[in-house]
Amino acid sequence: MLSKSQARTFFLGGTIVTFAIFLGLSWNSLSNDVPKQTNPQNLTDQVIRGKHLWESNNCMGCHTIFGEGAYYAPELTKVFERRGEGYMKAVLTSKQPWAPRGRKMVAYGFTDEEASDLIKFFKWIGEVDLNGFPPKPDVKR
Amino acid sequence: MKYASQKVAYWFFASAILLLSLQIVYGFIMGFAHLGYDGWHSVIPFNTARAVHTNLLVVWILLGFMGSAYYIIPEEAQHELVSVKLAYIQLISFLAVGVTAIVGYHLNYWEGRKFLEIPRPLDWLVVINVLTFLGIILATLYKGKKRTTTSLVMTMGLVFAALLYLPGMIWFDNQTMDSFFRWWVVHLWVEGVWELIMGGILAFLLIKLTGVDREVIEKWLYVIVGLTFLSGILGTGHHYYYIGVGKIWLIVGGIFSMLEPLAFLAMALFAVGMYRKGEKKHPNKLALYWTLGTAILSFVGAGLLGMAHTLPQVNMYTHGTLVTAMHGHLAFWGAYGMIVFSFITFAMPNLTGRKLYDTAIGQLAYWLTNVGMIGMTIAFGVAGVAQVYLERKVGLEFGAVQQEIEVHFFILILTASMFATGILLFIYEFFRFGKPNNEAIGIEE
Repeated sequence: MLSKSQARTFFLGGTIVTFAIFLGLSWNSLSNDVPKQTNPQNLTDQVIRGKHLWESNNCMGCHTIFGEGAYYAPELTKVFERRGEGYMKAVLTSKQPWAPRGRKMVAYGFTDEEASDLIKFFKWIGEVDLNGFPPKPDVKR
Repeated sequence: MKYASQKVAYWFFASAILLLSLQIVYGFIMGFAHLGYDGWHSVIPFNTARAVHTNLLVVWILLGFMGSAYYIIPEEAQHELVSVKLAYIQLISFLAVGVTAIVGYHLNYWEGRKFLEIPRPLDWLVVINVLTFLGIILATLYKGKKRTTTSLVMTMGLVFAALLYLPGMIWFDNQTMDSFFRWWVVHLWVEGVWELIMGGILAFLLIKLTGVDREVIEKWLYVIVGLTFLSGILGTGHHYYYIGVGKIWLIVGGIFSMLEPLAFLAMALFAVGMYRKGEKKHPNKLALYWTLGTAILSFVGAGLLGMAHTLPQVNMYTHGTLVTAMHGHLAFWGAYGMIVFSFITFAMPNLTGRKLYDTAIGQLAYWLTNVGMIGMTIAFGVAGVAQVYLERKVGLEFGAVQQEIEVHFFILILTASMFATGILLFIYEFFRFGKPNNEAIGIEE
């Protein structure tokens, strides 16, 4: 039967080995995958300002991007492709609460400049290679 | 128990359950908003309620862990905490930071990254606070007579939890990198080091409640935490499927996160096994209920329901839907909420001398909370699966789908009311115990 010291060896050994593999894979992802899949050359000042706005208003508290966030409002990974610039600008700059089908969004009333920063951020987000996410609806009607 | 400094645990537990009740209030605000009643929108918009709800969860669970550590470590190390005064300062400052953050969320002051919304300047205060806590624990262990496996595993979990907070404090311009390191905190906490803390608390409780030999229990503790890290570290990959890193994570994350339930299965088998084996029948029946309950429900909520949507082929469709909320609720309650409740239920009679071991109210609280939470999980699950099919498979628009699934939030609120009633009864019982005192602990004044 397993002894206590064997159990401890299993714990320490397993932890060290899997953590080493994890660090190796992470290193590989950050140095090879990120440059290939995320177009870091397109991370302009505007995109970065957009990311700051995204975070400082906690947009993730209702929406998701890359499928991460809250489930109260739509997924925004492909919003640039889906809605286009004009529609997005109207929503972002609106001083009246935007409430599609009655579900309210805070009326942020962003300036034109802020709105275009956010739109550039979403454009960059939409171009990241996400291994096929979000899926295309595949049920035939 | 015989150490006067253990009394500090009481105040951590009292703060924890009061913050839990506030967390539930914000949960109701969100539930009603999903149902279409968002009357609070202008004061507490959904993103505020959401940040408060999840952050209060983290804060009260951590308070529960800290309180448990302040109780367990003196007893295991056979030494008083090195400074009780510092422990009280640490509690008050921790609460002050938490309350400031929560007030800030109402004023649009945050760093909107899921679960890590606390603004950067406050992050540093959290770091100082946690270092103080660890200082007290480590110094006590160092000066103590004994260093048991149980106390070492628990302390290891607490130290790693503190270290892993740091990657979440780095700014990245690139959203993919941001997300990558955010999961080092969130995933490696809840599916890694928090399980060490939970395992340590569970081992302590089983030693006390079942009377099984410490050597046997601690051997299995090693096996459990071994399984946790073996599966959980590489299981982080299930958060890397769709954030802009390579496909290797689909394979690594898929395989290892399918193994993650093993640690929880082992925990359930271990707790039930030790209960059967134990010859001593501890009179604190409610504590035994909660202990066995947490071992079993964590396996269902964190283990099975996590496994249900962790394969990349499934997760492609369920990622970012209410299916995640289904798993999240039963996982956090079953594993971390219930282990804190187990410990409180075990510790209170010892701290206060009132032997409320098996009361009708205590029983009712146990059943209402657990049946209520299982009902909530089912409501989230039905809404989530319907959302996945309508939105992701058929391609209906988000808002249209939300209206279709609105009805399930009625059931959610109904079952959440059951859960909340149970929590209120638990809090009522808690205060019925009265304050901790030296006489109960067995110290001559």
